[in-house]
Amino acid sequence: MKHHPYKTDLPVMLPFKPVETESFGSTIKLWYVVPILALILGTSAIAQSGSDIRLGALQTLMRWMPLLLQGFIFNVLISVMAMAIGTGLGAALGIGQLSLNRFVRSSSWLLTQFFRNAPWLVLLFFAMFLLPFEVNVFGIIIPLPDWVKATIGLALPVMANVSEIIRGAVLSLPSGQWEAAESLAYSRRQTLWLIILPQCLKRMLPPWMNLYAILTMATVLASIVGVSEVMTLTGEALAAEGGRPDLLAPFYAFVLLIFFVYCYPIARLTVRLERKFSVIN
Amino acid sequence: MEAFYEWFRILYEDTGINLPFMYDEYDRGRILNGLWATIKLSAICVLFSVIIGMVGAWLQGSPWKTTRRIVNVYIQLFRNTPPLVQLYFFYFAVGILIPRVENDWGGTSPLIDSFGWAVISLSFFAGAFNVEIFRSGIEAVPKSTIEAAKALGFSRLQIYKDITLPLALRVVIPSLNNNLVNLVKTTTLAYAIAVPELLYESNQIWSDNVNVTEMMLFLLVAYFVLVGILVWAMNFWDRSLKIPGFGQ
Amino acid sequence: MNWDETKPMVSIKDVYKSFGTLEVLKGVSLDVMKGEVICIIGPSGSGKSTLIRCINGLNDIQSGSILVEGQEVNDPELNKLELRKKVGMVFQQYNLFPHKTALENVMMAPIRVLKHDKEIAQKAAIKLLRKVGLEDKVNAYPGEMSGGQQQRVAIARSLAMNPDVILFDEVTAALDPETVNEVLLTIKKLAEDGMTCILVTHEMGFAREVADHIYFTDGGLIVEHGNPKKFFENAKDPRTKEFLSQIL
Repeated sequence: MKHHPYKTDLPVMLPFKPVETESFGSTIKLWYVVPILALILGTSAIAQSGSDIRLGALQTLMRWMPLLLQGFIFNVLISVMAMAIGTGLGAALGIGQLSLNRFVRSSSWLLTQFFRNAPWLVLLFFAMFLLPFEVNVFGIIIPLPDWVKATIGLALPVMANVSEIIRGAVLSLPSGQWEAAESLAYSRRQTLWLIILPQCLKRMLPPWMNLYAILTMATVLASIVGVSEVMTLTGEALAAEGGRPDLLAPFYAFVLLIFFVYCYPIARLTVRLERKFSVIN
Repeated sequence: MEAFYEWFRILYEDTGINLPFMYDEYDRGRILNGLWATIKLSAICVLFSVIIGMVGAWLQGSPWKTTRRIVNVYIQLFRNTPPLVQLYFFYFAVGILIPRVENDWGGTSPLIDSFGWAVISLSFFAGAFNVEIFRSGIEAVPKSTIEAAKALGFSRLQIYKDITLPLALRVVIPSLNNNLVNLVKTTTLAYAIAVPELLYESNQIWSDNVNVTEMMLFLLVAYFVLVGILVWAMNFWDRSLKIPGFGQ
Repeated sequence: MNWDETKPMVSIKDVYKSFGTLEVLKGVSLDVMKGEVICIIGPSGSGKSTLIRCINGLNDIQSGSILVEGQEVNDPELNKLELRKKVGMVFQQYNLFPHKTALENVMMAPIRVLKHDKEIAQKAAIKLLRKVGLEDKVNAYPGEMSGGQQQRVAIARSLAMNPDVILFDEVTAALDPETVNEVLLTIKKLAEDGMTCILVTHEMGFAREVADHIYFTDGGLIVEHGNPKKFFENAKDPRTKEFLSQIL
């Protein structure tokens, strides 16, 4: 979720910081996974009690685990690639939003708003259906398999959000920085690249990491359009086991668990960095 | 009205831009149903998630460590797992545990249908964020104001309801706005469990008419407008909460 | 409850209070009879604010006894809400509820805490606002009033609960010099009406004028006390003398 520092205009109120703070300590508390584990074990155990020749739910899950984890690695791969593409495009768009050229500025703004306000799933469909299955670059035909299209589809909202992060960070710098650089006869381009952006990097890191966590969790959307990532594989595993109802809870809980173990530390680190940087600034 | 609808048929014939839900009554019905379902889903989830946020923030101020822990576990679990998997978990894994009831046609259907599970799942998802939003708002209320209420004999619940929450609300609206916009966009996930909302119905139409591009653009515009309405309503609410004598 | 008006309304005996390792009160005792006005003076950090905050249970004490109308405050079983109905308090920072008008601030506690009828509470509130000279500010929000006006609303708010005793915690310390007098006058009128008042104050002239008894605290102890004449003209303790020589 994006953070908008908001100064209250109620003088009676203390400064409002939308930064999430943890109430106890700041150590990573992976014991939060305990409820999920309990869910997996508990639901498996209940399933176990029905004595039949089929494999218990937990054993079945164990059997599929390597495949599911491979699927998850695919999710991570998609997320890293989408993040890279989205950050690259978003950086260009964000700097475009700061351009002095009115046309560049307003079209960058419009593109940003357009992709930022659209649901991720709609953008995913957008990419899946509207991108060709192969592209012809100077006579070389590059095939675009579904997972590449999905990656591009997920990169679109990332792009828009990165663009906003950059704009927000630059605008949050005191205008004195621009004026000081100007008085030292830096050109606008030099000011932006040498003075302003380096200072903004630190401010941009926490929201950028937060965006990455959101993106990672959004990679499961690719299952809806048929990419064989962890969620798709889970569905296939469940189907291969003949749709046993006792497997549903442990399997879905396992998927939740993988994502939690991956995303929670990122979230903690984000909070910690946010706190650290807010002290410095 | 008919002439207006017919104009889109002519538009299609002349330019190939096909918006069948404008000239075809059946498709129009689908899109209106979808739009209505999305609005209903969004409105109910917004309401429930805000209630969850208010109650959760209240429980986080509880003197009992266990209560606070449970709320924190809830927040972290729902924030750090994919909402789509949460939805599947509720719909498939929890769904089979819910008793079935006899329906109007003599058969049985689940007590909670896919729309109901979408409401539950998405409300808890957005609610987890709202708890933290309200919590930071509450932290902005000065202790001395709370003390004044205590000295007047207000109970803990009264202080929360009459003093802390109304004051916190006034500073959290921008953050809340952000989260609720995300919630409206996230209602598209209900597509995955076949809730006939806007994306689902649009998908039906583009499958029948092979007009993906037009439907995609329509969807982007439609969500843009829905989000716009929400933002406008939140701004209106924000203005109506302004206290004379503070700010502009 | 075996309390009658011949016994002290507030009776503090040998009270110890510390925040962590910092000892703030080191065995304080004092008695206040019904209708009496007492002033507690002393250098900042001498524990005077802490002392009066203990009387209505905003601060807990480590040992000793505080009896309010015969009821022990230092009792974990005590119903603090009942205590706070009897003991009013006015704060240095006024602590009005910023989202409520002056009238609402005054009538809120009677309605919510005492469950008074809204109309009766409103009539009483208007009367009290007239008494503190603010009948024209009934519908003003705290942000639209000066500090002195806000503080008078705060006094009216406290009076609306019909308390037996009111605690004043440096109520003029945050005010502009020109508005100090209007607040002091309001308090003086209350004292003349027979309200039992316990004041922590730096206004020596005022203390001398209205107090029946003055207590001087330093380093968590009551160093000296007596009636104003004796206290100001004939202080015995060197610490009192030094303090008075700096102030007067």
